[in-house]
Amino acid sequence: MATQTSTIPAGGLAGARDSAEKNYLNESKGILSWLTTLDHKRIGVMYLICILGAFFLGGMSAVLLRTEHLSGTPNLMEADAYNKLFTLHGAVMIFLFIIPGIPAALGNFVLPIMLGAKDVAFPRLNLCSWYLWVIGAVCALLSLLLGGFDTGWTFYTPYSTSSPFQGVIPIVTGAFILGFSSIFTGLNFIVTIHKLRAPGMGWFKMPLFLWGLYSTALIQVLATPVLGITLLLLIVERALGVGIFDPALGGDPVLFQHFFWFYSHPAVYIMIVPAMGVISELISVFSRKHIFSYQFIAYSSIAIAAFGFIVWGHHMFTSGQSELMNTIFSLLTFSVAIPSAIKVFNWTATMYKGSIVFKTPQLYALSFLFLFGIGGLTGLFLATLSTDIHLHDTYFVVAHFHYVMFGGTVIAFLGALHYWWPKMFGKMYNENWGRVACLLIFIGFNMTFFTQFAMGSQGMPRRYFNYTEGYTTYHVVSTIGSYIMAVGFFVIAGYLYYSLIRGRKAPDNPWGGASLEWQTSSPPPVENFKKDPIVGDPYDFSNLKYDPAIGGYVRVDAQGVAS
Amino acid sequence: MDAQVHPHADAHGAHAHSPHLQHHFDSLEQQFDSGKLGMWLFLATEVLLFAGLFCAYSVYRANHPEIFIYAHQFLDKFWGAVNTGILIASSLTMAWAVRCSQIGKQTGLVICLCLTLLGGVGFLCVKYVEYKAKWEHGLLWASQYNPSHHGEGHDEAAAGDGHEDHSEAPDPSAAHAATPPAEAAAADPAAVTPTVIMTTSAGVVVERSKILPAAMGPMELAPDTTGHDLHGKEPQNVQTFFSIYFMMTGLHGVHVIIGMLAIAWVLIRSLKGHFSPAYFTPVDLVGLYWHLVDLIWIYLFPLLYLIH
Repeated sequence: MATQTSTIPAGGLAGARDSAEKNYLNESKGILSWLTTLDHKRIGVMYLICILGAFFLGGMSAVLLRTEHLSGTPNLMEADAYNKLFTLHGAVMIFLFIIPGIPAALGNFVLPIMLGAKDVAFPRLNLCSWYLWVIGAVCALLSLLLGGFDTGWTFYTPYSTSSPFQGVIPIVTGAFILGFSSIFTGLNFIVTIHKLRAPGMGWFKMPLFLWGLYSTALIQVLATPVLGITLLLLIVERALGVGIFDPALGGDPVLFQHFFWFYSHPAVYIMIVPAMGVISELISVFSRKHIFSYQFIAYSSIAIAAFGFIVWGHHMFTSGQSELMNTIFSLLTFSVAIPSAIKVFNWTATMYKGSIVFKTPQLYALSFLFLFGIGGLTGLFLATLSTDIHLHDTYFVVAHFHYVMFGGTVIAFLGALHYWWPKMFGKMYNENWGRVACLLIFIGFNMTFFTQFAMGSQGMPRRYFNYTEGYTTYHVVSTIGSYIMAVGFFVIAGYLYYSLIRGRKAPDNPWGGASLEWQTSSPPPVENFKKDPIVGDPYDFSNLKYDPAIGGYVRVDAQGVAS
Repeated sequence: MDAQVHPHADAHGAHAHSPHLQHHFDSLEQQFDSGKLGMWLFLATEVLLFAGLFCAYSVYRANHPEIFIYAHQFLDKFWGAVNTGILIASSLTMAWAVRCSQIGKQTGLVICLCLTLLGGVGFLCVKYVEYKAKWEHGLLWASQYNPSHHGEGHDEAAAGDGHEDHSEAPDPSAAHAATPPAEAAAADPAAVTPTVIMTTSAGVVVERSKILPAAMGPMELAPDTTGHDLHGKEPQNVQTFFSIYFMMTGLHGVHVIIGMLAIAWVLIRSLKGHFSPAYFTPVDLVGLYWHLVDLIWIYLFPLLYLIH
């Protein structure tokens, strides 16, 4: 509960200093007023800070891994350290950063505002989700202190039951707790979207980002519990030897893989579907054109969520599944391409004959189309049984899922961060530096991962500590690319931090968006809206006009007079 | 319940507030509907949590029916049935409590909640008796499975003296060694077991390299003991049944405890007179949770106890 009693100074609270009017940032001060807040906006900001910390940890471990691969001989670390580091990279990026990234941080902030609501349905549960995230993160750190874990982020048995390192139980416990954090966020979002839409906000008047979040929340609620029981069994397996997954005790390790992927494949869509929602917003706003085929994009989100549940077997093509099952799973996996392609074509059609504005968020949206296109299409090679036998567990797979997860989700996350940054903190960042950073990341990303397609198709296995000489060039190029990306991220961190201190004050509607969050002040007041927002078509930009005096858009009536 | 009133409630509440209406809802009805939808979604996640275990149960039972047929007789049908009755009765009193809170019968609400709580306590007591018997007879999950006293272990069960051949107590110093499969192999050369399942040096880690060939492989490769009469040899990997038994009933037991805590919380609030026909959401939601806990047991009982 946000109290006014705390007197601890807020320190460098962003945007709070020179903003005269009351908003959610300066409404109460002190660290306690943040740690006990029920305000979805503050919880979103706390999530943002935390997941960026996790992203830093995961990113640095990735850079270390790439540095190790500058040559095929040990450079920085020994084989055990390498195994621990790639496991850490995967687990931190997946469980701590990318799953909560867009929904819990940015979604938390904008979802109620986009709906015209005052908060999510269960504010205390929302805060509880954040604390669960923190506890999960502490478990992950604890496992590092206890000796780390080298099982890969997938925790396959019997690696995880026989690994000599003591960090396995803490990290699995952490992932279990993070699962509940994710479930509660999803549950909150579903109920909020069902029950707290503003008057006039019909299902098909919601911004498509909310359709993305809704589909994501469905997956979170329906898939994560299965991960929960899987990890619980794994903990009990390792601690007590319960023998359900451990072959030494009569258990079935492939059953673990089925359980794990029953969650973790839908989890891939927990990661990408909200990103697709972001892209729907960005492309439309920065093309100044109504989104093409709203309903198809909305339903395709639901379709991806639904298909996502029936394709998990494609992770086990080489684990001894029957040929019939392989064939069925291969076929179903191809079907995911349909709703994904529907989205991509609709985004492209939205841009057609639009007045495209190359602001930073739009650059990220365009990068997304390019990178997600590559990531999605290379997925088809892996869904094809005959090619998968060759490509399974090679760098081709690594490159594929980085193109989807990084090139898709992280790029969309960055686009969304830049898009909503002025709304969240009331400050504008430097547009030119934004474009430079986007370019650095785009180039660095392709250098890093496109080479991995090449070396993967030539047989370089993933998760290997060493390699033979033939792969040296690829690895070196890939590593240099990762350095360029890292520079890009430091540039982003620099100008975003600078914007908080010195940035120009953001107008209410800097990009000319038509969804409700642009009708309130930047940053928004505690209750989200000073006056009731006007609910209309979220992609109708005809009544928004740029006002150079305030550097943002204002709403005008049919005669062109500001209203 | 001041914690429920958000400090900003005044900022945008033109209409009169019920003390239980949170600031971001327009009406108590909207708040109630939201809570109810949230609870149903939560129950869905609970069902899915158990679904994993039911799935594991199905896989192992389909692949190795002989284990289940052999091992279920060590479970005590009588106490299982008693617990089923207790839980169904407590579901009735819970539903009654919800009804009492809806029509404002304060005393009835308190009595019914107490009775429900009592049902939970009774269930756990019976569970304790059952677990204790399993513990004493070494009928535990895989790594601790050490059925030293089969013969005496299940007087109530339908099993006959067929298990006596395993019941001579093994050397106490080798308390952790899982001997029955080895004995079975020795006694019946047809049931080929080239390696002993586990070789443990007293109380230390299980040696993991000795994976039983074909035991977990495709069904047709597993030794076919289906249809063998109950009094025959103990099939391989009986410990799997007890692993599943303890996981399912253990997780369910944890849920019973959580449900009892929730009921105790509602009971305290109802003693303080928080509930009225205008506001009974917590009673309703806790009731839904308790019914789910009950329902899961209603599936567990036949699946584990009544295999024949």
